Amino acid sequence: MLEISNLTKRYGSDAAVLEDLDLTVEGNSVVAIVGASGAGKSTMLRCINRLVEPTSGSIKLNGSELVTLKGAALRQARRKIGMVFQGFNLIDRLTVMENVLAGRLGYVNLYQAVTRRYPQADIDRAFALLERVEIAHYANKRADALSGGERQRVGVVRALMQEPEILLADEPTASLDPRTSEQIMRLLQSLASEMSLPVLINIHNVAQAKAYTERIVGLRHGKMIFDGAPEDFTKEALDAIYGGIEAPDDQLIETPASGPRQGARGVAHDSF
Amino acid sequence: MVDNSSAAQGRVWQRYDGRQRLIRYVVLLLSMMVLYWAVSDIDIFWPWVWDAPNQIGSLGARMWPPDPSGLGEIVAALLETVHIATLATALTIFVALPVSYIAAQNTTPNRACLWLGRFILVASRSVNTIIWALLFVAIFGPGVLAGILAIMFRSIGFVGKLMGEAIEEIDRRPVEAMQATGASKAKVIAYAVVPQVMPAFFAIIILRWDINIRESTVLGLVGAGGIGVILQGAIDTFAWPTVATILIAIITLVLLGEAITGVLRRKVI
Amino acid sequence: MTRSSSPSSATVRRTWHKPPFIANPWLRYGLWLVVAAYLVWALGTLPFNWERIAEGLPRAARIFGGGFPPSFDRADLLFTGFKESLQIAILATLLGVLLSIPFAVMAARNLAPRPVYLLGRGVIIVSRSFHPVIVAILFVAAVGFGPLAGILTLTLYSIGFVGKLLAEEIEEIDWGQVEAMKATGAGYFATLVYAVFPQILPRQVGLSMYQLDSNLRASAVVGIVGAGGIGGTLMNAFGRYDYDFAFAILLVIIAVILVSEGVSGWVRKQIW
Repeated sequence: MLEISNLTKRYGSDAAVLEDLDLTVEGNSVVAIVGASGAGKSTMLRCINRLVEPTSGSIKLNGSELVTLKGAALRQARRKIGMVFQGFNLIDRLTVMENVLAGRLGYVNLYQAVTRRYPQADIDRAFALLERVEIAHYANKRADALSGGERQRVGVVRALMQEPEILLADEPTASLDPRTSEQIMRLLQSLASEMSLPVLINIHNVAQAKAYTERIVGLRHGKMIFDGAPEDFTKEALDAIYGGIEAPDDQLIETPASGPRQGARGVAHDSF
Repeated sequence: MVDNSSAAQGRVWQRYDGRQRLIRYVVLLLSMMVLYWAVSDIDIFWPWVWDAPNQIGSLGARMWPPDPSGLGEIVAALLETVHIATLATALTIFVALPVSYIAAQNTTPNRACLWLGRFILVASRSVNTIIWALLFVAIFGPGVLAGILAIMFRSIGFVGKLMGEAIEEIDRRPVEAMQATGASKAKVIAYAVVPQVMPAFFAIIILRWDINIRESTVLGLVGAGGIGVILQGAIDTFAWPTVATILIAIITLVLLGEAITGVLRRKVI
Repeated sequence: MTRSSSPSSATVRRTWHKPPFIANPWLRYGLWLVVAAYLVWALGTLPFNWERIAEGLPRAARIFGGGFPPSFDRADLLFTGFKESLQIAILATLLGVLLSIPFAVMAARNLAPRPVYLLGRGVIIVSRSFHPVIVAILFVAAVGFGPLAGILTLTLYSIGFVGKLLAEEIEEIDWGQVEAMKATGAGYFATLVYAVFPQILPRQVGLSMYQLDSNLRASAVVGIVGAGGIGGTLMNAFGRYDYDFAFAILLVIIAVILVSEGVSGWVRKQIW
């Protein structure tokens, strides 16, 4: 169970990117977070695994507080939070298998990591998951030799390798073509139920959000202005979220047709 | 054509406008003044200058034909030169990588390390190999060790600077992904940074090895080993035909080194 | 793709090892063997004088002890040396840059007839193969000690460097402009001046600034073998165990090189 309360994030003295956000996600539900670019979706997700430092508030995962963690304790907490990225964030020059096993980096020691001597259980798990997403035959191919959809599947498998208690997906389909992005959304949906994982998906495409998730959360200027079932997500709610910013009306009716979008690379997360 | 000619009369065509011309004249004038100062002030005995072509010609004549009798010794010295360059390049890697790590803005542990790293790079790059050699010969005595250290100390700055730039230019997104898995900093480096800078690393090391071959040919002139030692010896004893052989040997070595690095570059990258 | 897509399908224990960097095992282990053999050979044949080296640390202590604080007592000697280095650098750059133009034209495949091309390339290759210090020692032998040898050395050095880059630049010029000039009935030299030089001039000015900087660096070292400038002063200071003066010279050399690098970079930025 993920409990976010009073979460606030501001960069320097600018206006808050997130303001007094409360959100609780229970069980293995798939939650879509919609909102215009700059509404704070990415920042919220990155506050959960602390790639971005929250300014104030509390985030609890299965009862334990994440906001105050530091160093090794933070890294141990991150192991339980899988993340899928918009730009896949794979290591291009390594093989698919190495990318997938990188999901175990929080568990193995440095020697095992550097020499790639992962425990047999990890390798079995990696093959099982790769089979599940149907790319096991690419195990020894370099990650940059794969197509966009295949790369994102590697990204999903890497996150699942962590044996996460929650999965965060930051615009996982925004760099993909419409057909492939449908496949990825369907994959996330079925994986969530197979592994009984709560999944938080930042998504730009409202039609996909309605089709593949059980709950929609709408953000605007860092505040939550909608929280409900996809059926209740009406034209009014859409206008409230995107109104005056952009007009994705067509997305309500049609199946998604947004091509590979040149997304902003998330927010200014500069922790490295 | 003929009709237009009267209208075009009296028009002035100029290549540059007023301000541009002013800047050009000022720059030109300053250059001329600097040049005049350099020529008039320099400590040169001018009759020697006019005699220089003769002197160079006669030196060339004394070198001909090259004397191949000392070839065995020369080849041994060339091998020593290559050893110095190769060992120094190999040793450089162990020092330059940590320095580039702390001198790159995105990996440095803190600001003090950043400035320490930058200081090491600047100090290494500003002192020429042969001056480093002078220093190490004074410390460790004449010989190959001084040569290896001199080449190494100069290379650290070169390799470290370029590697630091390569580290700063990596794609940050894999770094973020590795952090999100709960990996420690060392593991993030091993997975997200090292693979990305590998190609740059090979290119830089190969380039520096090529440069180091050239540099190590002169170490001997200050006593730091290699072919320079016997070159100096031959010049001191006015054995000009031997000097010519040594020069030909050096050219061959340098061209060979260039060819080898060319092949390596194509193979590895 | 043909396997059933359930995670339990991977019942066979599969192993995975990182694919080696070099696929052929013979080549892979052979390479390690070669490296080991090389190290044994190189370290075995190099004449290390261990007794002398063992004295190194106390000597280093004496040198650095004698070198600090650096002494600027003989500032006039320092100044004279630097003035001469600067003059050598300026004159050599001017001569070198001017002479590099004919050599570059000779060494450009598209402008020069084959025998001339080979001659031009030959001059450039020879002048690039020799380290300036070797050239300096030969010129010192030919024309005697002093700045004249330094100027000749660095002129040759500049011809090699600028000539090579300029020749490559000429080989890449827009040939259409040359044809246009030829079509007007212009002769060989008129074509050079109107169609070739304007195309390479900006590059040439930038290269000259770069070469001035690198000649200044080199002029500090050619003096070590007697070709004038600050290098001779430094060599003398070292020879007389005058370490405090030597370190003062070194500090000034570093400072001058940093300033010259900055100025040269600034000017090149202004031009481009």
